[in-house]
Amino acid sequence: MTQQRTEGMLSPYRVLDLTDEKGNLCGKLLGDLGADVIKIERPGGDPARSQGPFYHDDPDPEKSLLWFAFNTSKRGITLDIAKADGHEIFKRLVKSADLVIESFPPGHMDKLGLGYSALEKVNPRVIVVSITPFGQTGPYQDYKAPDIVAWAMGARMYPVGDADRSPVRVSHHSQAYLHAGAEAAVGALMALHYRKMTGEGQHVDVSIQASVAQLLWATSDFDMVKIIPRRGKLRLSDNVALERLKTMWPCKDGYVMWIAWGGPQGRMYWPPLIRWMESEGMANEFLRRFDFGTFEHATATKEVIDAIVDPTEKFFMSHTKAELLAGAVSHDAMLCPVATTTEIMESDQLSAREFLVEVEHPELDTTVTYPGAFAHSSEAPPRVSRRAPRIGEHNEEIYEKELGFSKQELTTLRQARII
Amino acid sequence: MSKRPLEGVKVADFSWSIVGPLATKLLCDYGAQVVKIEGRRKPDISRITGTFKNGISGLDRAGRFVPYNTGKLSVALNLAHPKGVAVAKRFVAWADIVVETFAGGAMKRMGLGYEELRKIKPDIIMLSSCSMGQAGPQATLPTFGAQLVALAGLTHITGWPDREPANLEVYTDFIAPHFNALAILAALDYRRRTGKGMYLDLAQYENALHFVAPLILDRVVNQRVAGRVGNRSPCLAPHNVYRCRGEDRWCAIAVSSDDEWESFGKVIGTPSWIKDPKFSTLLERKANEEELDKLVENWTTNYSPEEVVSMMQAARVAAGVVETTEDLLERDPQLKHRHFHWELDHPEVGKYRAPGPSFALSKSPCELRRAPLLGEHNEYALKEILGMSDEEIAELVIEGVIE
Repeated sequence: MTQQRTEGMLSPYRVLDLTDEKGNLCGKLLGDLGADVIKIERPGGDPARSQGPFYHDDPDPEKSLLWFAFNTSKRGITLDIAKADGHEIFKRLVKSADLVIESFPPGHMDKLGLGYSALEKVNPRVIVVSITPFGQTGPYQDYKAPDIVAWAMGARMYPVGDADRSPVRVSHHSQAYLHAGAEAAVGALMALHYRKMTGEGQHVDVSIQASVAQLLWATSDFDMVKIIPRRGKLRLSDNVALERLKTMWPCKDGYVMWIAWGGPQGRMYWPPLIRWMESEGMANEFLRRFDFGTFEHATATKEVIDAIVDPTEKFFMSHTKAELLAGAVSHDAMLCPVATTTEIMESDQLSAREFLVEVEHPELDTTVTYPGAFAHSSEAPPRVSRRAPRIGEHNEEIYEKELGFSKQELTTLRQARII
Repeated sequence: MSKRPLEGVKVADFSWSIVGPLATKLLCDYGAQVVKIEGRRKPDISRITGTFKNGISGLDRAGRFVPYNTGKLSVALNLAHPKGVAVAKRFVAWADIVVETFAGGAMKRMGLGYEELRKIKPDIIMLSSCSMGQAGPQATLPTFGAQLVALAGLTHITGWPDREPANLEVYTDFIAPHFNALAILAALDYRRRTGKGMYLDLAQYENALHFVAPLILDRVVNQRVAGRVGNRSPCLAPHNVYRCRGEDRWCAIAVSSDDEWESFGKVIGTPSWIKDPKFSTLLERKANEEELDKLVENWTTNYSPEEVVSMMQAARVAAGVVETTEDLLERDPQLKHRHFHWELDHPEVGKYRAPGPSFALSKSPCELRRAPLLGEHNEYALKEILGMSDEEIAELVIEGVIE
């Protein structure tokens, strides 16, 4: 693996990353921005390594794709910080660290004598970022929250799904943890700016629930007009004639997202689609003449809705997702196909922007395509600088070369399962 | 009050809707001075869509504007007027950071592209955030979060395997702000060290793809196309949302180990089926999950979600109320404890709530102030920030530059 060290925006900073699945994205983002991120795993590896999907479906801790995805641009060591030697070694590392990120239950680090108040004495400039389900204090501080619980308690789940079934989450890995991880990185940099001003570190307390609770503007709908969005097709109205007005329209090979707007947005967004339909001879007389500015979901009649839906439905059904995306660009129409990862891989836009990058995995004798830099930048651009570390991959590099342990001491620490 | 981390940082904010404003709101809440440049003829779309206080519409009554623009100064400027662009450039000369979220290339066409702004202020940090990025074959795709959520593969993986995908609304609009805020803060740190500004070009589409990264890798190395699995988890059972007592009330429960399964059984009073061998191991529970879910739900329907959750969490089993927006604002004791929603007072809207950040800094807390009326700070900003005379301002008003 090539290890060029080019200047990144955060190059001078060192980050100690003790997190599990709840916070892995935080260190990855800081690493992609150039920080020297050292992932500290318990001997045997982070439990997140046991989560799939896996490379070639082989559930080996060195082959978790979830782990790969959210641990790029980090080096990795193992250390049991609960043991006396591990504790001391960790404190030595904190001396030269700018940030410590952790996602243990509240109070765990304090119990180990490694909470913020202890680390502050080791290094007054250090910033400790804690990522927990509900924050460090409060009535739910000890509650457990895997994704489905965090998603539910952040109110992001209640309005999602069909009216006749339960609310539903986003499938697969946790979305909640990704929001918390990204917010933790933002909080960390905010604390870094404060440190520039005052020279002091501080404790950043991230709540996963709160990171989910800010993901919807529907809270303002409740605040303004006491409306609670419900599951089902168009939830802000009880008009049964709306049953046919979908946001998800079937097309030749899947679905396309098209919102049947009314009001000012209707006046803005329908005409391009209607002109496009017309260019293919698929718009009706009604669509050509109708003023969508006067179209209101709450009062629309069945006749009007049928006249809108019939040709629109037919038009979408006569096209594939790829055709609809290309047409949306050329006709300036506000729609998108419901893409799968296959279509994402084939995106012309992503290849033109060189978003997907090849990352070498020499142990697997291959390269793997990853989502790349989250921003294009004219200076010190973010980049995926290396694949995720293997378990204890940089033990020698850090313990011997940097901390000056002898080979023999390292062997002792290994046998005691401290590293 | 202690110092806020971004005191002294100046932002000229041309952004609208959610993606830019949410990021600049954060800067503002932590002490930056943000001048929001908007127009009366072309106001922020958040001022004209969504819900309005008590259902009465008005540019200063919009429910989707006031929470996401806390503390900003508002200048109503006509950017279609050449003099409007000239005034905008003076704000750029004052600013450390420029943020904009127009469609790709729009700032350039207005004469406000990075190369132009750099001439005015060589160390300016300019961030552009649009749907697809500034260039490329689909750069002009006229979409918002409501559509991008589909393009980014998130819609396809949300919902039931036997139904059409579920609607996540404008979910990606709330993913991009994390990346925008992060990029701005990192660039600001870099500038404070090196003196160099930069241009940042972010695409909401790409930001969102980071949230499906493991599934992209799965497609690449295993050729597997991820689909919808409802509320199931590959290695946990029970793991679902269950109906509770009350109208449309639900709770989520996730049992992640044999120990938790035992605790779960005790909480529900150890009915005979709990001991049934077909639920005794994870593999058995997974194999008989549908039946298991029904049995769990038979129990949960006797209780309110709050009752289920406090019993389960007391026994160290993960469970949560499926909260509504009303629960978030009015009831959730944890969010109240964190002072997550701030109550603010606005001249048109009256008392309203705005969310704070999801993190709390121990030494330098944020402070939210109400959102501005459109053009509320025209005079202040032109006089105090740009140093214009009363005559100059009067002329700009007559010419329709200041709206």
